[in-house]
Amino acid sequence: MPWARAGGVAATLSALFVAWQAAAWLVGSEVLPGPGAVTVAFIRGLVGGDLARDMGMSAYRVVVSVALSVATAAPLGLALGLSRTAYRLTAPLVYLTFPVPKIVLLPILLMFLGIGDSSKIAVIFLILFSQVLVVVRDAAASVRPELALSVRSLGASWRQMLRYVFLPASLPALLTALRISVGTAIAVLFFVESFGTTSGLGYYILVKGWGRLAYVDMYAGVLAMALLGLALYFSLELLERRTCGWLQAGR
Amino acid sequence: MIEVRSLSFSYSNGDSLFRGFDWSIGEGEAWAVIGPSGCGKTTLLYLLAGLRRPLAGQVLVRGRLLLRPRQQTGLILQDYGLLPWLSALENVALGMRVRGVPSREARERATEWMERLGIAAVADHYPSQMSGGQRQRAGIARTLTLGPDLMLMDEPFSSLDALTREEMQDLLLDLVLGERVTTVLVTHSIEEAVLLGKRILVLAHPPVVQAQVVENPCASRREYRDESSFLETCGTVRGLIQGAIGNAMG
Repeated sequence: MPWARAGGVAATLSALFVAWQAAAWLVGSEVLPGPGAVTVAFIRGLVGGDLARDMGMSAYRVVVSVALSVATAAPLGLALGLSRTAYRLTAPLVYLTFPVPKIVLLPILLMFLGIGDSSKIAVIFLILFSQVLVVVRDAAASVRPELALSVRSLGASWRQMLRYVFLPASLPALLTALRISVGTAIAVLFFVESFGTTSGLGYYILVKGWGRLAYVDMYAGVLAMALLGLALYFSLELLERRTCGWLQAGR
Repeated sequence: MIEVRSLSFSYSNGDSLFRGFDWSIGEGEAWAVIGPSGCGKTTLLYLLAGLRRPLAGQVLVRGRLLLRPRQQTGLILQDYGLLPWLSALENVALGMRVRGVPSREARERATEWMERLGIAAVADHYPSQMSGGQRQRAGIARTLTLGPDLMLMDEPFSSLDALTREEMQDLLLDLVLGERVTTVLVTHSIEEAVLLGKRILVLAHPPVVQAQVVENPCASRREYRDESSFLETCGTVRGLIQGAIGNAMG
């Protein structure tokens, strides 16, 4: 199964490169360089240029945002899901704030936190926070009461209930939410790195590439951003498969 | 073993289930609890398990007031209560782990019980990969690893097919009812109540005020199924339940 899947990924990747190369030939302009030239620019950027630094900076911003959102929203979501009173008291607030696009808060964050890293991390954090909060809360709240009762009847303490029942019950939902929102996170990252900074892939693509008409470098930055997204997505999927084997087993 | 003294309990919507209910269970007795649906069978079991608190009155187990689940009480639920994210072995070992038995010892003892119950082959399977009978065996194994002196069972076999159910009833007779373990089995099946309960508590339509008990000393043997007194007792119990429903209607 993994081999068949790896084969599928390789075949799709080759097809994409072929299509890209064909398009480059058809357009015949430096605005659309082929995959060969871009790969060379990508490697050159990594080895001799700033690409590794910018990629690292972007990865740092996303990973910190993800870590912060999980560290805060997951425990809070568990608490809201397990306490009926807390759930009822906060439900209207969560309901009202969840659909608000957090990116519109960016100017406010910029005023309070400045244009440095903290405002960039904060806006991505806010987006992930509400996603994680809602899914973890709902997953914890939907644990069947008989399941909780049967473990409690074994004499489980509060901490053991968390460890054996509520954490594993909400983990799949948490990982799925992260996997889905990582795409949004990177899109927002690109946007917030397009101003007020001199590092990150957004800066690399827009300022060093597009702004200086260095098209191959721009594409190398796009490739780097795609790879960053893929790496995050794959790590989350791997984590899900490691920790939630029981879900696959049931299928 | 258990003293229920003038117990009252109501649902949160105010519907009263028990009002001044008295009941007494002796050491090592095998009880079955039966009654029309909604009569509070399961609630009664949860009260005995310490998972619910009475509105008024007391539940005493071995002379001590029951305020929280006690360690020596084993509870087996209708849906087996297995955690979907743990393997069969981990599920069976869970009770011991919760009580601080070291992981290795817990796994060894769990394996022994799984062998005795004939489910060692599915030790690595998740509950979703096991049959209903295997899951119920795992649920029973988990409780037996803890060496309980009181076993409470809430319709443990109701979702099994007829043959598996008989198999599980026999297993229960072999494993539990022979020992000096006090058992309380809640069921909606008259035949199951009569087969497994030496004393049968018939609950009327709520609110239940008085315990109606059918004595059934021949129970707890598998041959009992084929004896004529089995059918007679079934008839008696059926009559009481219908009477209870009739009274409520009238």
